[in-house]
Amino acid sequence: MYETHYHRAGSVDEATKLMADAEGGKYVAGGQTLIPTMKQRLAAPDSLIDLRHIADLKGVTVNGKDVRIGAGTPHAEVAGSTQLQAVCPGICYLAGHIGDPHVRHMGTIGGSIANNDPAADYPSAMLALDATIHTSKREISAGDFFIGMFETALEEDEIVTAVSFTAPDKCAYSKFPNPASRYAMAGVFVAKSGDGVRVGVTGAGMDGVFRWEEAEAALASDFSAAALDGLSVNAGDMLEDMHGSSEYRANLVKVMAKRAVAAIS
Amino acid sequence: MSKVEMTVNGRTVSAEVEDRTLLVNFLRENLNLTGTHVGCDTSQCGACVVHVDGKAVKSCTMLAAQASGSEITTIEGLAAGGELHPVQAAFREHHGLQCGFCTPGMIMAATDMINRYGGKLDEKTVRAELDGNICRCTGYHNIVKAILAAAEEMSGSAKVAAE
Amino acid sequence: MGIEGIGARVARKEDKRFITGKGRYTDDMSVPGMKHAAFVRSPHAHAVIKGIDTSEAKKMPGVIGVLAGAEMKTDGIGSLICGWMIHSKDGSPMNMGDWRPLAETKVRYVGDAVAIVVADTKAQARDAAEAVKVDYEVLPAVTSAVDALKPGAPQIHDNAPGNQIYDWEIGDLDAVDKAIASAAHVTTLDIVNNRLVPNAMEPRAALGVYDEAEDHYTCWTTSQNPHVARLVMSAFYNVAPENKLRVIAPDVGGGFGSKIYIYPEEITCLWASKKTGVPVKWVADRTESFLTDAHGRDHVTTIKMAFDADNKITALKADTIANLGAYMSLFSSVVPTYLHAILYSGQYVIPAIHCNMRTAYTNTVPVDAYRGAGRPETTYALERVVETAARELGVSPAELRRKNFIREWPYQTPVILQYDSGDYEASLDAAMKAADYDGFPERKAEAESRGKKRGIGMSCYIEACGIAPSQAIGSLGAGVGLWESAEIRVNAVGTVEILTGSHSHGQGHETTFAQLVSDRFGVPIDSVSVVHGDTDKVQMGMGTYGSRSGPVGMSAVVKALDKVEKKAKMIAAHLLEADESDIVIENGQVKVAGTDKALGWHEVALNAYTAHNLPADMEPGLKETAFFDPANFSFPAGCHICEVEVDPDTGKVEIVQFVASDDFGNIINPMIVEGQVHGGLAQGIGQALLENASYDPETGQLLTASYMDYTMPRADDLPSYHVSNTVTPSPLNPLGIKGCGEAGAIGSPPALINAITDAIGNNNLNMPATPQRVWAAINAA
Repeated sequence: MYETHYHRAGSVDEATKLMADAEGGKYVAGGQTLIPTMKQRLAAPDSLIDLRHIADLKGVTVNGKDVRIGAGTPHAEVAGSTQLQAVCPGICYLAGHIGDPHVRHMGTIGGSIANNDPAADYPSAMLALDATIHTSKREISAGDFFIGMFETALEEDEIVTAVSFTAPDKCAYSKFPNPASRYAMAGVFVAKSGDGVRVGVTGAGMDGVFRWEEAEAALASDFSAAALDGLSVNAGDMLEDMHGSSEYRANLVKVMAKRAVAAIS
Repeated sequence: MSKVEMTVNGRTVSAEVEDRTLLVNFLRENLNLTGTHVGCDTSQCGACVVHVDGKAVKSCTMLAAQASGSEITTIEGLAAGGELHPVQAAFREHHGLQCGFCTPGMIMAATDMINRYGGKLDEKTVRAELDGNICRCTGYHNIVKAILAAAEEMSGSAKVAAE
Repeated sequence: MGIEGIGARVARKEDKRFITGKGRYTDDMSVPGMKHAAFVRSPHAHAVIKGIDTSEAKKMPGVIGVLAGAEMKTDGIGSLICGWMIHSKDGSPMNMGDWRPLAETKVRYVGDAVAIVVADTKAQARDAAEAVKVDYEVLPAVTSAVDALKPGAPQIHDNAPGNQIYDWEIGDLDAVDKAIASAAHVTTLDIVNNRLVPNAMEPRAALGVYDEAEDHYTCWTTSQNPHVARLVMSAFYNVAPENKLRVIAPDVGGGFGSKIYIYPEEITCLWASKKTGVPVKWVADRTESFLTDAHGRDHVTTIKMAFDADNKITALKADTIANLGAYMSLFSSVVPTYLHAILYSGQYVIPAIHCNMRTAYTNTVPVDAYRGAGRPETTYALERVVETAARELGVSPAELRRKNFIREWPYQTPVILQYDSGDYEASLDAAMKAADYDGFPERKAEAESRGKKRGIGMSCYIEACGIAPSQAIGSLGAGVGLWESAEIRVNAVGTVEILTGSHSHGQGHETTFAQLVSDRFGVPIDSVSVVHGDTDKVQMGMGTYGSRSGPVGMSAVVKALDKVEKKAKMIAAHLLEADESDIVIENGQVKVAGTDKALGWHEVALNAYTAHNLPADMEPGLKETAFFDPANFSFPAGCHICEVEVDPDTGKVEIVQFVASDDFGNIINPMIVEGQVHGGLAQGIGQALLENASYDPETGQLLTASYMDYTMPRADDLPSYHVSNTVTPSPLNPLGIKGCGEAGAIGSPPALINAITDAIGNNNLNMPATPQRVWAAINAA
């Protein structure tokens, strides 16, 4: 790791100020992606602004079907929230299958979506749940937030403060992990509510997380795994690496989607 | 350079360190607590697992500065008053270690796992929960056995204590 | 057997320090004034070095020295060598290319060391290493051995035309070809034995300390054989004469072969310590380990097995190309030849066998022995071809094996080896029973009802451990002898120290070696200490690899114990005024048989040292040394059965049961032997299902250089295993031991692949059987 300057922020305002004062600064929350990247000398922020100690960013609030998750809430806390489990078990399952137990103690939802790794789990849920991303400056709908691989609508100094969404009637997440890294090779989040069905797909798409709209339409009229039988994502739009060809990933998207649907139908 | 101050195995420690100093390096080099190991660079092997504020964390994926103000327990702090922790004893009893290099991280992960699950652990859960700890010697068979035995013993003693 | 003697399931003495975080590994060592090293490494697979500019790096904060290869050559540091000469079939010696510890003129793989930086901290050393400017002229690279041997391939070493190291053969080609031509059935398979990275959890490390006042060097290093390291560094690399070089291998966090070899880094740290005047420590990070630790396997084989009309095997022919990487590592030449080709008889009577072996240089890290070393490659090819033949012949795989089993021992194979003892049918029967083999069709039907494809496969392996005897292996080209040594020191109070040339890096020697003493003299193992891993403390030894600590290392201990026992009995006979032949040692007492006359073990020991009343002409003291050179290899064998369920939608394989029934001869500590089997199975299953070292064929970059891409077996990839033993003692060593360290990794891969191919109905499947590959094979079937 190259030398850096560590700053601990006590509030969102202080963090933004620290960022303004820093040259080439970066926010760090759980650090479970950023610190390894810095260790490998693939990132070299001159300053690190630590958001982990900002109390306002933490916690899960459930009010009827309205859910708000503070950006600084670790995955383990989302996974273990009994309130959340009662209204949106799919997101608890998803959070409980990110990384490993130690990563889940540190990694946060805000860090995950701000990084928008194409194989991260949370972005698929944000899309499928039609979540709103709250930042230090504004509110952004998930559909507008995720732009492409590692790319979001966030400005340099903008901090994700929370995500909010209305819990769907039913939802489930199904993931096929990369055998080595355990990141998603294909992760599909399916959410069914009065307005219809939304399907978010991570790990597979060449441009990062995406909605599988064809599947949404099919499931809206027939919410069953069989409804997806005739469908497929375009293999040409899927990632390809030594662990999975684009054809294999396209197959996994369909299989994971069917399994998510089967789990709640 | 930053001043970091934390409680490690019950003792308050402080030092001036480069900001890039990882918690694991602070433990090993500043405090000479060499039981916490480094086995990879990508935060996957878990040889470096310690408890930060009561939770299992990879000390290679946290700056010492991030941990400033926290309470840390390392493998050296697990046994109380010369008495092996039940997880340590179970690893020995069930031959849950060979070369010993992954062992401190395994034991810290296992302790955290048992803290969270209590007696509700089964083989499948233990294997899933070991996702963040790699062992090359044992084939995990005896590690799983040791953790299940320790979980049973610890929940057993907890029950006795509750009665 | 006493409660702590031979055969007892004793918990390990060494565990306490490991479970309390008090193990002492090389990276835990710290000496006054110690500084840290980082290596400048080639980012290219193949390039000419046109210049090295260290001037900027030398000015960086904390930097003490930046040293490159030219200076090292001037100082007379030698090139790395391969210690086993193989001659090609035309009689020519193998083509050994020059391997400099720090490359001066050319780099030949990504990670090849070019310079060393010594600085106050590791981070500063790395910062400065990045500032060393190396001017490279990049050359085309080749990473596969098959491609490297093709005309027009990039030429890696000037003295190895066409990149060929040797073209070697064994067996009677004519007889084999005739048998194949007249066979009732021939099964042919093309086999790839995938390249693996050993991945001991402790990365390699070295701490070199030069003491100017004494003109003496000390090297703490992650070694499986510190004496061999000292020998090679003295005799060939010219670091220092043996009396001025102490090598210490303290606690070592796993080896699996990768820590046998002497690498550029420890040589360079020692040399750099003298050059800079400070102790120099280097610790690999994991990516450095991936790039520079010797890899394993990497064979491509065509195998043919011929049968007569009665399904008896008449011949076996294997044609193999092995990749040895960019340079010849210490034992690289022997792995494909005398650790591989001579095992092709397996457990079977095969009248004619021929193996041709070509080895090649490539622009990849050197390949050498990794757990099993050659024998897994043989076993995989052999056991897949037998299973495939059974399917082609429409007979049960178990019955085809049974029909061809060797049933009399000693058995002379057509390819050098003479098997000592065995009972292959006993292992097969035990494994089939444990696996409920007969109940499989029912389980398969049940799995089908859940949409899963279930398959079962087996493997009946043989391996050769404790490679020996020294004279024979010398005649086959070995540069060393493969005996082992032991010294037994009985202290004046009766406690015992065992000094062994074997090295424990997870195998539990501190317990099992002590059990031998406990068994012999009835003293508790707590009174027995095992000293190993330090050339200043222990007499010359050969170290631990090839499952040799049991059959060879322990045998040396037994020989030394024999001498101690004899002397102790002579002392006791003298003191008790009895005949020496009437003295027995039981439960810590030295007694006259059939009487109540006895001395405590400690009393005999004390008498040996007070020397007030010893037999005439007897020297004082109770301390004996022995060297053991076995008369032959030992031959562990067994049967592994694997049952899998395949998810046809994703290709994911779940191992639903794994049964291993092994014959290791006699067993000293069943708990430790089981642990060795578990670990071996995990590595074999890893090879079959998960692991693969993959290089980009164009650029020669290692694509799997971290755990993000190289799939290490984790707890949820593996099942709990059912392991058991059958016992036919080896007649070739005093304990009847055969060795158990590698069997799991040798027997398991074919059992697993045979199970998967059975499940999916497609035999065209290579290791590792990743979900993608299995899915593709299902859809191609």
